[in-house]
Amino acid sequence: MRLIAPLLCFLLAACSGERAASPTFYGEAAPYALSDWGMVFTDGNRLVVNDGVTPYDLATPLFSDYALKLRTVWLPGAEAASYDETETFDFPVGSVITKTFYYPTRGNAALVGTPPPLSDKSLSLDAFRLIETRLLVRRAGGWTALPYIWNDEQTDAVLKRTGDIKAITLVRGDDETEFPYIVPNQNQCAACHATNADTKEIQPIGMKARHLNRQSAFSPGFNQLDHWVASGIIAAGNVEKAPANAAWTDKTVPLDARARAYLDINCSHCHNPNGAADTSGLDLEPSARGAALGVCKPPIAAGGGTGGRRVAIAPGAPDASITLFRMETTDPAAMMPELGRALAHKEGVHLIREWISEMEGSCG
Amino acid sequence: MHRWLIAVCAVGVAACGQSVDEKATPTDYAYQDTLMAQLIDAQPGDIIEIPEGVHAFNRSLSLNVDGVTIRGRGMDKSVLSFKGQIAGAEGLLVTASDFTIEDLAIEDTKGDGLKISDGENIVIRRVRTEWTGGPKTSNGAYGIYPVQTKNVLMEENVAIAAADAGLYIGQSQNVIVRNNRAEFNVAGIEIENTTGADVYGNVAANNTGGILVFNMPNLKTPGARTRVFANEVYENNTKNFGHEGTPVASIPAGSGVVVNSNDDVEIFDNDIRDNKTANVIVSSIFSADYADAAAQDDFDPYPERIFVYENRFDGGGNNPDGLELQALKLAVAGPLGRLPDILWDGYVNPDGGGDPVICVQNDGVQVLNADGPNGNKNAGIADDGVHDCTLERLPAISLTGALAEQM
Repeated sequence: MRLIAPLLCFLLAACSGERAASPTFYGEAAPYALSDWGMVFTDGNRLVVNDGVTPYDLATPLFSDYALKLRTVWLPGAEAASYDETETFDFPVGSVITKTFYYPTRGNAALVGTPPPLSDKSLSLDAFRLIETRLLVRRAGGWTALPYIWNDEQTDAVLKRTGDIKAITLVRGDDETEFPYIVPNQNQCAACHATNADTKEIQPIGMKARHLNRQSAFSPGFNQLDHWVASGIIAAGNVEKAPANAAWTDKTVPLDARARAYLDINCSHCHNPNGAADTSGLDLEPSARGAALGVCKPPIAAGGGTGGRRVAIAPGAPDASITLFRMETTDPAAMMPELGRALAHKEGVHLIREWISEMEGSCG
Repeated sequence: MHRWLIAVCAVGVAACGQSVDEKATPTDYAYQDTLMAQLIDAQPGDIIEIPEGVHAFNRSLSLNVDGVTIRGRGMDKSVLSFKGQIAGAEGLLVTASDFTIEDLAIEDTKGDGLKISDGENIVIRRVRTEWTGGPKTSNGAYGIYPVQTKNVLMEENVAIAAADAGLYIGQSQNVIVRNNRAEFNVAGIEIENTTGADVYGNVAANNTGGILVFNMPNLKTPGARTRVFANEVYENNTKNFGHEGTPVASIPAGSGVVVNSNDDVEIFDNDIRDNKTANVIVSSIFSADYADAAAQDDFDPYPERIFVYENRFDGGGNNPDGLELQALKLAVAGPLGRLPDILWDGYVNPDGGGDPVICVQNDGVQVLNADGPNGNKNAGIADDGVHDCTLERLPAISLTGALAEQM
């Protein structure tokens, strides 16, 4: 035993030494272990963002069954991503984006919680459980999406292109819910990330000025876009004029701005004028108005998604609005988004309910 | 009051009394990962073969690669069962071109069965989509559902018990829908906002509405130019079990062929019989229950240039669905009579340039103008020869490229 133990330590050290090595871009085959990418790794006690890799967050994030998310971006060389006011930034080949989904834990249960401060760019595994890390890798032919699932020991995550189902017990106060957490398969990644249904090119969703334009949680005192310009992640553009989505929880900003930010990040990857859901005629980008936004708009092919309601948004009447029904239901045939959640987002539903309640006008 | 397309139906009640042998939930998920991996790894030119057997899935499948064929061993032999589905809005979602799927079945999906979006050169052949518990409001919406596609062949498919449409093609161009069978759906076959469709050799029976040619507002393009011919459209009398709020929920039970807000539609050489509301309905959006909802300004709500000729009609119109239509029948035909073969809501485009709404060259077939604009006040059978006209015949659809050989 005494002989083996130091040897084991040595081997582990060697391994973690390897893990902490430079971030690496794989242009073709994807490594089986997440650690081989060198973006995020665990040292046994913490999830660590590697040196040279930049964590970031969004003004309003997508809801994913109350999972918290640690996002990172890494660029391979001196070339920066190009800045754009409305479209997704254009990243150079070799760029790698990661998003790690995790929950605060108590015993075996997951908790509804808020992200911890990550100013030291690490996450204690005593208090959190890692579920999956999704990668978007910018290769010569475009972005590739890769799902990695964390092992029970929380030492590494492995590629599982067909996705998975994890049984999770979620605790909020006295309420305990067991639900199937779905890791999407590689093709399903495109269901959200192919934001233009004509080109079908996979794109990052959060990498837009309006989602990123906020105070940085990781470099306190800096605006995130300014910080990215300073650190060479994006080329200097007209960043000071960048649009800014609201933080959906920030009650100091108007309700309409919060609701539209929420619908934008949760829906507009499909519900945009060229998205997969343009078949419905419903557009939930920040610029949409009137029937395009759903006001008094009848459904096209919603099936059970109508919930027996007649229009997407009935001003003043959230319970007559299909939009709200589709957020509240967890029936796979009816719920929106179609993928990425098994639970209803109570707080998000509350926000949109309030927004529709205060909307003026009537249909017909 | 003029909204006579409103179906009076008890949503949530199974529509028909026949006993249906609902299948047990299959439990063999061994094949799920195999097929998912094949779909992820697919390369153009690949043929993915589905072995014989009932294969269970609890998550939806998707394919994003052009040029792939998925082929089973027969629609009763290679069955993809989604009875235990917990995630995904459809069984199989395809967002790719040059795609062929044939000889398999997709059963009991939570949402749509087979959805194909944003692709060209699509062949769907001998595919069965079915909800095995029979017609129920809780069934998925669409059986086979190509949308925003071009150059599409749908043939010899079978679609059963969809809570919206069994075979639906939407927002597409250059389409042939032939020799399919659609039964016990709300809409058997539905052509929506589609330009250039030939619909022939199909059987549409026991649906709420047999064959629908619709235009909906708020979409990028309206549809036109559909030919519905040589079909058998009979006994589409199943109680409407669609979800309230969906366009098809306003279809009265007993509708044979329904044209709504669509232009240049030809209906000929069909056998249409025993559809108890009417064998043919021609209507505007004003007669649908979504009439007062928002529509874009340039939406054309009026059906125009609908040509009905040389069909064989029999029975039907004897027991229309809903109080308003019952009252209409009583007023026009008396308690023992029947509504004429063609029921028209009577809305005419004021800016239509004098084009006919409906031309009929079909021996003894009458058109009832329901006078929707005046609340059915002056409803009556047109006997002034207004429908005695002809229209230039539409050209046949020619599929192009590799699909030309399939003609």
